[in-house]
Amino acid sequence: MMKQLFDWLEHRTGARKVVNEALYENIPGGSRWRYVWGSTLTFTLAVQFITGIFLWMGYAPSATSAWESVHYIQEQMTGGWFLRGLHHWTAQVMTVLLVLHLMQVVIDGAYKAPREVNFWFGVLLLQLVLALSLTGYLLPWDQKGYWATKVATDILGSTPLVGSYLKELVLGGADYGHHTLTRFFALHAGVLPAAVIALTAGHIYLFRRHGITAKTPLKKRDEYFWPEQVLKDAVACLAVLATVLFFVVKYHGAHLDAPADPSSNYPARPDWYFLFLFQFLKYFPGHWEVLGAVVIPGIVMTLIFLMPILGKWKLGHRFNIGLLCAVLIGAGTLTISALREDKANVTYQASVKQAANDAIVVKDLAKTRGGIPPDGALVLLQGPKLFAQHCAGCHAYGGHNGLLAALSGPQSAPDLKGFATREYLTALLDPAQFKSAKFFGGTKHANGKMAKFLEENADALAGTNKVNLAKVIKAVSAEAGIQSQRPMDTRDATEIAEGKKQFEALGCTDCHSLGKWNPEDSTAPDLTGYGSRDWMMALLHDPSHERFYGKKNDRMPAFGKDQKLSRQQLERIVDWLRGE
Amino acid sequence: MNDTPSEKSDRREFIKCASCVIGGAIGLVPMAAGVYVAMDPLRHSGDGTAKTNDGFMRLATLEDLPLGGAPMKYSIVADKADKWSRYKDMPIGAVYLQRTTEKQVVAFNTVCPHLGCFVDYRKEEKDFFCPCHNSNFSQTGALKTGVSPRGMDSLEVELRNDREVWVKFQHFKANTTEKTPVNS
Ligand code: FES
Repeated sequence: MMKQLFDWLEHRTGARKVVNEALYENIPGGSRWRYVWGSTLTFTLAVQFITGIFLWMGYAPSATSAWESVHYIQEQMTGGWFLRGLHHWTAQVMTVLLVLHLMQVVIDGAYKAPREVNFWFGVLLLQLVLALSLTGYLLPWDQKGYWATKVATDILGSTPLVGSYLKELVLGGADYGHHTLTRFFALHAGVLPAAVIALTAGHIYLFRRHGITAKTPLKKRDEYFWPEQVLKDAVACLAVLATVLFFVVKYHGAHLDAPADPSSNYPARPDWYFLFLFQFLKYFPGHWEVLGAVVIPGIVMTLIFLMPILGKWKLGHRFNIGLLCAVLIGAGTLTISALREDKANVTYQASVKQAANDAIVVKDLAKTRGGIPPDGALVLLQGPKLFAQHCAGCHAYGGHNGLLAALSGPQSAPDLKGFATREYLTALLDPAQFKSAKFFGGTKHANGKMAKFLEENADALAGTNKVNLAKVIKAVSAEAGIQSQRPMDTRDATEIAEGKKQFEALGCTDCHSLGKWNPEDSTAPDLTGYGSRDWMMALLHDPSHERFYGKKNDRMPAFGKDQKLSRQQLERIVDWLRGE
Repeated sequence: MNDTPSEKSDRREFIKCASCVIGGAIGLVPMAAGVYVAMDPLRHSGDGTAKTNDGFMRLATLEDLPLGGAPMKYSIVADKADKWSRYKDMPIGAVYLQRTTEKQVVAFNTVCPHLGCFVDYRKEEKDFFCPCHNSNFSQTGALKTGVSPRGMDSLEVELRNDREVWVKFQHFKANTTEKTPVNS
């Protein structure tokens, strides 16, 4: 039955013949470990195709969704980090394998007649794979991909005569945006893979046509490809996969930086395999750059391309080996010096650290704030970024500057993490904490009326009035309408109503007002709507307004009134502080 | 190498076996990882549902709906989560509201119970008509003619504060005689 089916298939398709031809290829001198490189490359290519197509199912190429969708794959989809890690690390390993393969071909002289055309196919494939790496690097639209690719496209833009047109074509416009991603993605997942498939097919066909370049002297009898060589190839592929898996697990997938931010001082660096070119450019000032970026690499590439022809001369083969060694040693040295320079560069190290912190902050925000707003993750990061820039000179946020870095100077105003929440107010109204650096210790309010009130009434507030104070706290905090507290606020409605009455009974109304601002007899900030978006916006607009601190305002700038920040910027800070 | 012929063929069999096993395993890793991730939606079913406190939304007041008048279409606008994004006030569907008596309002989801097309209300004919496969529903939502397995899906309506019309917006499983709510 089976046999009949196979015979039928064979008659209609000739499949068996093809399989037999594939498997019973003669290997002069028998199977050897040194012949495995081509197969490992084919294997990595297959891995990239498979993982790439599955990643495609979750990827959305646009400036406001690329980072977001990759982040979703990485953090939310079960196993997504593993899939992305496989794709990323296989790409890295593939680059190494390509170099090894090239070295072997050159050293063994496998480029010589009649295999010249196949060598050229190989060199083209090498370039296609590098192009795949370059285009793939941008797709997550994170800081490192964005800035590195920007350098690459600026190099393209500096090409004489046609540069600016080329660049605009590649970017799909004058600047980076939606169409840059759609174009890079089409190249990465469509055009380049199609070319790779075509060339690989040709490469393998030609390889079969001329047979393996056997290493002489032949040590054993001839063997067929199947099964001896197949096993060796399979074991080698297994080793490659094991290496990839090691990195995938070690780094928990692939790193995803903070979303691309054209306003940040991120230090652009290409991925490690292009680092030598990056370093090379440092030696070509000004308009000499074209020499380092285009001319010299172009000459080297041309020489590599011409290897089969150069090899015909007497010393040609030696020249080729020499050239390859020179290029590899040169690239290696440049890579090492690039890494060394960066290691010694304090500013660079600080920027890298800050970028890593940004990534942690934005990922945490995406998780804790119930998703990313439609205008993208970068917007999420605006709140803490603006805070770090404009507020963290005096205030802290959870002990840091909002972006997990230390404050530049001593903290002189309250730590605003959890501002207006019940916990925040409970801590604030503890006399010891009120005067501590965490709250008003660094301001003149440390010796003000409020501090005195808390100290004088400390016993009562901690004893007989403890329950009432708790109600006041709930009432004042409820004014903020903080999203995460909403269920609690609804649940405690009666206590909140009582708290409003206690607000007066405890003497708060001597200075503050709650429910309705009473300019006549309030001498301290109005707590009507305390911590709400409107209240905070008004405070940031002008803290010296009599509704807030009036003349007692201690150094807090009028960000809105003095036009230090735009309304939208203030809103971003406020929304972030309020946990929205 | 002075193995006996049978040892030789054993070795060969082993090599063949090992090649197949290793070859299969290394191919399986990327494939399995991919398929596993592609199945992710099944592990997150129900995510992205627009949620309001008790499911009821205020859509209109009684005065907006003329007594005995034609059904009126209201869009349902709600906060929505879609994979990585969260949206505020996004249109997520629509309902027909119709005041039948002084204090009674009925609501229908505009989605056709057959295969989910948007059902139109035809003023002239005074009926609901689905343009996809020509299902026809009376003003009360009952199926008149056509391939739909059931009448239009009515929604729970509550009258609050004597005049506010609150509707519990829901979707139902398509193409079943039974009306079963789905969480999407
Ligand atoms: S979808 Fe309405 S009749 Fe088929």
